[in-house]
Amino acid sequence: MKNKAPLLSIRNLCVDVLQRKQSIRIIDELNMSVYPGEFFGLVGESGCGKSTLAGAILRTLPAPCAITAGEILFDGEDILGLGFEGMRAVRWSKIAMVFQSAMNCLNPVLSIFDQLQDTVAAHLSIDQSEKKERILSRLAMVGLDPDCLTMYPHQLSGGMRQRVGIAMALMLNPKLLILDEPTTALDVVTQKSILDHIKRLQRTLGFSVLMITHDLPLILSYSDRVGVMYGGRLMEWGAADRIQDQAEHPYTQALLDSFPSLFDPKDKVYTEIGGKSFSPKQRPAHGCVFAGRCQHCEQRCETYLPPLRGTDHHAVVCHLGT
Amino acid sequence: MLLQLFKDLYRNRKARFGMTILFVLFLLVYSSPFWSQDPLAIGAMPHLAPSQNFWFGTNGQGQDVLAQCFRGAVLSLTTAFLVGAAVTMIGAFIGTLSAYLGGWFDQGMVLLINLFLVIPGLPLAIILAAYLPPGPMTIGFVLIITGWAWNARVLRSQALSIKQRDFVQASLVAGEPLWRIVIFEILPNMISLVLSTFIGSTIYAIGAQVGLEFLGLGDISQVSWGTILYWANNDSALLTGSWWMFVPVGIAIALVGFSLSLINFGVDEITNPRLRDEDEFYTMLKDKTAYLNSELTPVVRS
Repeated sequence: MKNKAPLLSIRNLCVDVLQRKQSIRIIDELNMSVYPGEFFGLVGESGCGKSTLAGAILRTLPAPCAITAGEILFDGEDILGLGFEGMRAVRWSKIAMVFQSAMNCLNPVLSIFDQLQDTVAAHLSIDQSEKKERILSRLAMVGLDPDCLTMYPHQLSGGMRQRVGIAMALMLNPKLLILDEPTTALDVVTQKSILDHIKRLQRTLGFSVLMITHDLPLILSYSDRVGVMYGGRLMEWGAADRIQDQAEHPYTQALLDSFPSLFDPKDKVYTEIGGKSFSPKQRPAHGCVFAGRCQHCEQRCETYLPPLRGTDHHAVVCHLGT
Repeated sequence: MLLQLFKDLYRNRKARFGMTILFVLFLLVYSSPFWSQDPLAIGAMPHLAPSQNFWFGTNGQGQDVLAQCFRGAVLSLTTAFLVGAAVTMIGAFIGTLSAYLGGWFDQGMVLLINLFLVIPGLPLAIILAAYLPPGPMTIGFVLIITGWAWNARVLRSQALSIKQRDFVQASLVAGEPLWRIVIFEILPNMISLVLSTFIGSTIYAIGAQVGLEFLGLGDISQVSWGTILYWANNDSALLTGSWWMFVPVGIAIALVGFSLSLINFGVDEITNPRLRDEDEFYTMLKDKTAYLNSELTPVVRS
């Protein structure tokens, strides 16, 4: 894996909400890569810009948002330079997405078959039998019964709807699958079965996954690499086991300390992260964005930005230990 | 809540402009009995062009058009706003109640609404106005009869969707009585829609009222914007070239419509703040190289 060129490479990406009085920065000089066949997990608390990042990759952010700097290279091509038609060709057939609430992204008045075939019809011109075959194979991939095809979204359970969402995302064999909190609304059993399915499909089909969630233990057990995001910046990224065992960034450590694990000793003390995340309007102008809540905060943390230390495979943005 | 809405309206540029026009117009109109001449007094030769004594000239009877315009507006504007308010209230009441109650009541109301919607409004208005004794009461009544159904329908649909939300279920579980749920839970959520139906109905009421009176279906012995136009037509203002007999009223009607529309834009922007942000956003992007496409996030790399 280490020798391959990244499938998705984001360089110094900035996303702002443009307003006359004061523009608000949502994503601040973000760098990250997703390699072919890799399961990349992105964690961060609510409002840190995870979903905005997914929107920026697919260019679906609504009006007051604009991408103000950086580049997004997909397969070596800067997709930020594409126009509407160019981007339409990328969407879904190269980069597909599974949305957070499967409940709301299925149309209640169309049958599952109609919705799945719409996706195909929008990108490919293939005949009816081939279409049907493709739809049945995708349904089988996510473990759904073919009977579901004639059903309407309200007749399916939450887990089944999410499976339909995944089947829809896989319809065109995308190279990258973005999962935006795909299992947050589901119970743990369904969560496990869906993620296991995605892992298995990934092994057989070979696509890359960028999974966005706020559930650190979950992402640690499923990802190859993990990125930890805070305040629109990536604080640390690296292989999942390395993050688990020797996290370097204080934020990552704090996150790990606040989650219980099955294997923790009984008397382990969990600690919370003090304070609150800043509101995007009061973004610190200098220094590290986490400085306000960091236990190891020093003078230099508040005055200038820590440099990025490390490689594409493990890096940390922190003054600590330098 | 209503007070807050007015504060927000005042802060909005478009709405403030509209409200200022409307306020000045109201002030002039409702104070006109104290400063203008008697609009029915025949004080000069007919068909006099605008002059120092008669700013808007005189009409075919030698009456002062300026006085007629403003004194006539008292009747026209009062009727229009009352009709607008009545139509909105009836529509809101029937719409929300029928949406909330559902069942046979809703079915019956929908039937009634549809019945009134398929009846062609203007012919019905003309027939009703012709049969009933002429006068502003008749005109108002006719406009309410022909105008309420559309509002009821729009507000019913909105109420139906609000009824589905969890907070309505929650208030039901909390034991709130029906009237409280309808008036304090559902209606406040539709205040912007109610306000814009009120504005729309008022504009409609002015137009329809003037139209009916122009056709001679009002009380032509009273002075109002419609009867002024009726008399202008009767006294062949176009043939004699006396444009001042109808232009001022025309401008006044347009001005009221314009200011009400401005307020409506303001209401839209306040109740949907995203609209204002988008406006700002696109003006900020204007001189940069960006794709102005709502389906593609713009890229403005410097």
